[in-house]
Amino acid sequence: MSITTPVSRRSFLIGSASAIGGLSLGFHVPFAGAAPAKTAQEVNAWVVVQPDDTVVIRIARSEMGQGTLTGLAQLVAEELECDWSKVTTEYPTPGQNLARNRVWGNFSTGGSRGIRESHEYVRQGGAVAREMLISAAAAQWKVPANECFAANSVITHRPSNRKVTFGKVATAAASVTPPKDVALKDPKQWKIAGKPLARLDTVDKLTGKQIYGTDLQLPGMLNATVRACPHFGGKVKSFDAAAITSRKGVRKVLQIDDATLAVVADTWWQAKTAMDALPVVWDEGPNKDMSSESIAEMLKGGLEAQDAFVQTTVGDAPGTLAKAKKTISAVYAYPYQNHATMEPMNATARYTPEKCEVWVPTQNGEASLAAAAEAAGLPVEKCEVYKLHLGGGFGRRGMQDYVRQAVLIAKQMPGTPIKMIWTREEDMLHGMYHPTTQCKLTGALDDEGNLTALHMRISGQSILAAVRPQGMQGGKDPVVFQGLNLTGDEGHLGYTVPNLLIDHAMRNPAVPPGFWRGVNLNQNAVYMECFIDELAHAAGVDPLQFRRKLMKNHPKHLAVLEAVAKGIGWETPAEKGRHRGLAQIMGFGSYVAAAAEVSVTDGQLKIHRIVAATDAGHIVNPAQVERQVEGSFVYGLSAALFGECTVQGGRMVEDNFHTYQVMKMAEMPAVETHIVPSGGFWGGVGEPTIAVAAPAVLNALFAATGKRIRTLPLKKHSLA
Amino acid sequence: MARLNINGTTREIEVDPDTPLLWVLREQAGLTGSKYGCGVAQCGACTVHIDGNPVRSCVLPVSGLTAEQKITTIEGLSKDGSHPVQQAWLKLDVPQCGYCQSGMIMAAAALLQTNPKPTDADIDAHITNICRCGTYNRVREAIKQAAAGLPAKQST
Ligand code: FES
Ligand code: FES
Repeated sequence: MSITTPVSRRSFLIGSASAIGGLSLGFHVPFAGAAPAKTAQEVNAWVVVQPDDTVVIRIARSEMGQGTLTGLAQLVAEELECDWSKVTTEYPTPGQNLARNRVWGNFSTGGSRGIRESHEYVRQGGAVAREMLISAAAAQWKVPANECFAANSVITHRPSNRKVTFGKVATAAASVTPPKDVALKDPKQWKIAGKPLARLDTVDKLTGKQIYGTDLQLPGMLNATVRACPHFGGKVKSFDAAAITSRKGVRKVLQIDDATLAVVADTWWQAKTAMDALPVVWDEGPNKDMSSESIAEMLKGGLEAQDAFVQTTVGDAPGTLAKAKKTISAVYAYPYQNHATMEPMNATARYTPEKCEVWVPTQNGEASLAAAAEAAGLPVEKCEVYKLHLGGGFGRRGMQDYVRQAVLIAKQMPGTPIKMIWTREEDMLHGMYHPTTQCKLTGALDDEGNLTALHMRISGQSILAAVRPQGMQGGKDPVVFQGLNLTGDEGHLGYTVPNLLIDHAMRNPAVPPGFWRGVNLNQNAVYMECFIDELAHAAGVDPLQFRRKLMKNHPKHLAVLEAVAKGIGWETPAEKGRHRGLAQIMGFGSYVAAAAEVSVTDGQLKIHRIVAATDAGHIVNPAQVERQVEGSFVYGLSAALFGECTVQGGRMVEDNFHTYQVMKMAEMPAVETHIVPSGGFWGGVGEPTIAVAAPAVLNALFAATGKRIRTLPLKKHSLA
Repeated sequence: MARLNINGTTREIEVDPDTPLLWVLREQAGLTGSKYGCGVAQCGACTVHIDGNPVRSCVLPVSGLTAEQKITTIEGLSKDGSHPVQQAWLKLDVPQCGYCQSGMIMAAAALLQTNPKPTDADIDAHITNICRCGTYNRVREAIKQAAAGLPAKQST
């Protein structure tokens, strides 16, 4: 049996470019030798139909492994009533989006928003295209449109049973005036959406044919690599280009900004080895004495500081705590972490004074376009960005530093396409790191073991302050409190505490922070869920019972928690030597929980089993949700077990996977996923589960050893 | 100059002998299925077979190879994606971003070559590739299904 798909995505991208007349989509240059498709008709912005009935669904969000491409296509296809086996996809370009009044909406792919933010308008896109196709068929038959219906890419005139396929009427449909309001299906009627369909992008990933940014080939292309001063805030003091210019293949050695050097060569390997040989003296800049220790000290100050941004208040927590008979207090800490996508940062750029083009795996095509225009010094209309599938994103590829670098290099060699790829070392030393925070929690218990007051003081870094200051609220960063709000999609608490105060003392070390898969929900879940566990033990109450009491008013939070408790068998004793832990949280629009079963033998932790539950409201593809949940444990447990970037001398220490360890097959537990959608809302799935991975395991570890790990990663602690 | 037998064809390649095989494959032979992930033999994204054995090509200079040694890359594993490992991968819809998957598939195919019925412990010991998206459990399941040589259950 061979692998076949109706139309490979790649040949499609090439084909559609020449096919859709003036509308230039996809990659019109990079891949030579593919046969262009004969004709293809755009019905509306979301739907293109070919004469052979192939349906091309346009996807604005980026595919980075999370399956959004398939999920979004399912939503459009559901309303379009097309034959799923004939569906393929393409990315519209950010430039086209601008030129067409942002008809595809937001391109940004992060915060688990791909589906939850766009389901409405992409389904409308499919529904409107369906109505246009039906109208065109009806007009051809001279019958009323309401006597016709579409199913499986075929339009049928009910009374006469006449039939025509989408491909035959697509051209006529394109000139039908689009109907304004088209009713969307009730998800209960879904036939394509909601089903565990296979991904659309698998085949080329099995044969090496999938082209990632690092694989791109353009005619006349040269290869580049960069090295920026590894000290945060540092600069290039001097470098000796002459020492390497005569090396084989080297075309240019250049400085592209205060801190960054680049080498351009015939091949990347030549560029990389020349860069390794380039004598450089760095000006270490103002932060050369910064270390993990000095940062920890700075954050510690914030734990007791008078001034803090208040987010969540109920009753009088400080007053109640001051008077309480029994209080419990603990300090937690969470380190810097690198995204470490498997594909290092890269971008390919071609610059001429008339046009700047960029080929890039990006989580935000429009931001890439803006970055390209700025670096090129050209109006945005003279720039274009072509997106490629990402070899991992996790938030890192929402930032555009590498796009800027590629364009700055290309600008010095007009007309020549330059593919710039970072080394893994560059990627590790120039991350946009998961921010570091500490948290002091103080709780009061009454005589019956009820939690009467809780103060949670977070001290540490704000992502927004560094990357999106316009999102701040009077100096406060609301994203810091993910999962700890009283209301809202981005994470509201599942506990009712009569006296509650959650505040943030902002402390921003000179390390660039960024959105990291799960963002601030990750450490907030560790702080809250481990401390709740501490309180339960202090009260002498079973952690599930303790939570149940606090969760009476939060049935959705409680439902996922109950699901994992049941799945792990909480009410029955574990096998000898095995111990269990629980965690739950709400974030990115979804309710999630996890239960872990672990053992510790001779100081060695083994995670045997994880049970996870997710309520994302509506589920577009349960098979992909399952994969995201499983993957979340790899990402979340890598962080919990190993993830730490250490600062020394104002720079990161870990520079590759031998020092920045991540989880591998041998450490991976079995994961049992319960998808328990309650309907009525649209939640994200790529991120929330990451947050419960660490606290479930840490709580199980406490049950196993009596050791409360409050500083991550785990590898720093002896469990013996 | 290097003489290399890549996917059944012997080629003369003009290249500095210190160049790692990975970059010769990617930049001179035009075979970009093998990926660069770390360059220091840590991640396995660059895994190819040399005479059937899995090798991390990012740390292997071409000067260490002769034309007698058979190099197989993901592009040469099968003509049409029909290798049992690729088929099991397809049925279980294993890849997420996919960047690590060429290396995973090559590592899995090599394992099954020497050990047609690997245990979980064998899989843990031999599949040491890094996947940041988190496909490990599907990879494990797909290896078992490929080993069983049975029709795999439908992916859900
Ligand atoms: S690139 Fe060779 S092992 Fe990572
Ligand atoms: S599938 Fe993305 S790194 Fe493995």
